[in-house]
Amino acid sequence: MTAILEVTKATRRFGGLVAVNDVSFKVSSTGVTAVIGPNGAGKTTLFNIISGSIPPSEGAILLAGEDVTALKPEAKAARGLVRTFQLVKLFQDLSATENVKVGFHLKSRGGLMAALFQPAWAKQAEREAEEKAAALLDLVGLSKVARTSASVLPYGQQRLLEIARALAAEPRILLLDEPAAGLNAEESERLAKTIRRIAADGTAVLLIEHDMKLVMDIADEVVVLDYGRKIAQGTPEAVKRDPAVLAAYLG
Amino acid sequence: MTNSPSITSPEAHGLARPRTRHFGSAAVWVLSAAIIGYALVFGGYMATIVAFALIYAVFVSGLNVFMGLTAQVSFGQSAFAAIGGYTSAVLTTTYEWAPLPGMVAGLVFALVAAFLIGFPTLRLKGHYLAMATLAIGLITYEIAVEWESVTQGYLGISGIPPLGIGPFEAVSDRAILAVLSVIVVILAFAVTRIRRSRLGRAFSAVAGSEEAASALGINVSRYKLVSFLIAAAIASLSGSLFVHVVGYVSPEVFGLHMVILAFTMVYIGGLGTVAGPLIGALIISILPEVFRGMKDYQDLAYGVTMILILIYAPKGIAGVADALDARRSA
Repeated sequence: MTAILEVTKATRRFGGLVAVNDVSFKVSSTGVTAVIGPNGAGKTTLFNIISGSIPPSEGAILLAGEDVTALKPEAKAARGLVRTFQLVKLFQDLSATENVKVGFHLKSRGGLMAALFQPAWAKQAEREAEEKAAALLDLVGLSKVARTSASVLPYGQQRLLEIARALAAEPRILLLDEPAAGLNAEESERLAKTIRRIAADGTAVLLIEHDMKLVMDIADEVVVLDYGRKIAQGTPEAVKRDPAVLAAYLG
Repeated sequence: MTNSPSITSPEAHGLARPRTRHFGSAAVWVLSAAIIGYALVFGGYMATIVAFALIYAVFVSGLNVFMGLTAQVSFGQSAFAAIGGYTSAVLTTTYEWAPLPGMVAGLVFALVAAFLIGFPTLRLKGHYLAMATLAIGLITYEIAVEWESVTQGYLGISGIPPLGIGPFEAVSDRAILAVLSVIVVILAFAVTRIRRSRLGRAFSAVAGSEEAASALGINVSRYKLVSFLIAAAIASLSGSLFVHVVGYVSPEVFGLHMVILAFTMVYIGGLGTVAGPLIGALIISILPEVFRGMKDYQDLAYGVTMILILIYAPKGIAGVADALDARRSA
């Protein structure tokens, strides 16, 4: 397995509380890896450390072999690590298409002069962005609401839109923070299909999830956290039978 | 999402009719043009009022980029108008420069000042940024008062030449109105283009969610700075225009009241809209004149009107027009 992401001895303390305690694991450059654990296990903190929202107290994050521990989120995004949020953070005033077009920021160029004078290359880039945005909205099944303001979309569609927007940045690894939270069964199924499709297209996916069914359906590898520590790692089948995991979930 | 009852219909959002209608915003432009046209035709006191309104519209256009498009707060934009205004005034009187190079010099000074101020302060968030910008406005005011050898303190600088390029000089009310109208329209056009560009989307992203913006690789403080610089440049331009139109400048011109007035204009006109700065500046400038006949009650009438507009058009006049357009195309 070639690892796109490597978490080495990551620890994060908040005062006396150790939210993430000496966690190490590798994420394969292909397929879907899931981080699961009961509430308060430190999943979101771990995610924030990986994405760069907060620095770890100790430990390192390697992205394709490069130490990116101290980099800010935008620098990590530029290196191919893009995340979504547990509480969807869309640009509410923009349409679905425009939200996705923001995602092309890293893959396009042009500042004030390009905006004001609109040279041929900028117009061309704008047309391409429009086409690629349409393709991404199609991928997540949102073509019909392309011109709808993000603020009025139902929650499930907002989640899918956030994923489409993240994909626009052409990540090498996509981090999804509880993507199924708040979705109904049917939306959840659509989400599972979309995630499998993304992985099949060659983007590594790392997700945090409560929804066990979703994880067991789509994950190739599962990392289990409890009280900030990694207690198990393996295939969904192996993890399901792991006594430490059973103890953590069933108390 | 095959069955999503909450979505009205795909046609509702302009797919079947991609060309949305713009009657509402057209009405706003027609109203603005009518007010300016009235001033052009009848001249006199109304022409003076509208000329000031247009200068304010320039200033508010800049504020609108920073506050409307990027959703940041600055109480200190008057500082950059002061830098532009005083640079123009000093260079065209003491050093006898032509107005245009003086204006460009003011622009450069304003940009340098905005960079030096913006670079550290734009890392601050919320109230801290607002407080820092408030301080900038007050400091600039003090400098204008105290640096007497250059600014002549409270006395101010008079005898500033009118706007002009080469042989052309805008001296008459009509010429001034024409020049200012052209500048306001160019700025509206520029804001339209910025909104639809990669730059404008980055501003919207910063406005919408700084966390999500940086997760997509957008350098948030950098785009705040770019927005701040654009706003400062436009503020500087408005300051230069003011001193050339009036022929005189003193520290009071760029005081805190300018910021308060501009805030009122940007909210009444419609924050983040293209037509908002112009219609906001025109209405806020003309309202006191409309109520002048009411003598003792004019402040009351002005206040009541303002409250009514904000109750019935919370997104401003141009904001309501845009919303109507969106509903019509639905």
